[in-house]
Amino acid sequence: MSARPTTIDPPLGAATETEQSPTATPNAVAEPDFPWITVVHNDPVNLMSYVSYVFQTYFGFSPEKANRLMLDVHHEGRAVVSSGTREAMERDVQAMHGYGLWATLRQDR
Amino acid sequence: MARHFKPLRGGGAAIVFQPYEITLLRGYASQMLELVGSARPEAPERPDAADLIASAFSDGPSEPPADPALARLFPDAYTDAGPDGDARAASAEFRRYTEEDLRGRKREDAQALVRSLDALAPSERRAVLHLKPDECRQWLGALNDLRLVIASRLGVTDEESYDELRELPEEDPREPLVMVYEWLTMLQDSLVEALMR
Repeated sequence: MSARPTTIDPPLGAATETEQSPTATPNAVAEPDFPWITVVHNDPVNLMSYVSYVFQTYFGFSPEKANRLMLDVHHEGRAVVSSGTREAMERDVQAMHGYGLWATLRQDR
Repeated sequence: MARHFKPLRGGGAAIVFQPYEITLLRGYASQMLELVGSARPEAPERPDAADLIASAFSDGPSEPPADPALARLFPDAYTDAGPDGDARAASAEFRRYTEEDLRGRKREDAQALVRSLDALAPSERRAVLHLKPDECRQWLGALNDLRLVIASRLGVTDEESYDELRELPEEDPREPLVMVYEWLTMLQDSLVEALMR
């Protein structure tokens, strides 16, 4: 994921996050040092214009940033579009699925 | 006349549809409503108080849908083993809490498309459809969902498989569906363009 260093946002309070996600399994241990990230994956159906529109509309990115991330998805196969707590990333992933984009979350380490 | 969406002053977009195009789109959206339905087999159309209480305590599904098209609409949220070490369990948990809402959103988008087509004055000739900004957002969602489903039915898994479909001989049975797909693509692309202007 060569796009990560340039596309990641500052962690949204992730460093102090100790709260358990409601969807975390009971034995999951919070690892406060690593933020979670939302990854959008390339697929052959979603239009480049639409992906850029979604990034601008949902995340409020500038057209330039949205386009850059969209091109990362297209050329690299995926791009990190947000970072923060696990709960926040689950919300972002759900929203991306709502738009029809293929997104996953994982801890960034 | 415009076969694709044009931006409207003050937001929103407009397009001219032929009667057969309205029939086609309405048909696809209705099929989408049927396909997306609910993962809960007995979810009633108009829930009463008891249904609502029951549904408040019942979980959504934990397994991905068996139909590949539905699995694309409702994908796994975790593919990477996190600290829990089990992406599958985390995806199942996520799905239990979110899939019903997601199905609801996709139904609403398809319903919005049907509603705006039904609101057009019946005409033997072309009809001009005006969409407000909110309706544009729902149309974009509905058009995208339709394209995802059709692409899945056509076996589009990557850019190469899509390129192959564009070269199909006319007599290939998939050709009509490919044409529908390309029409929906053109509609969606022009609607994005109209909104971004």
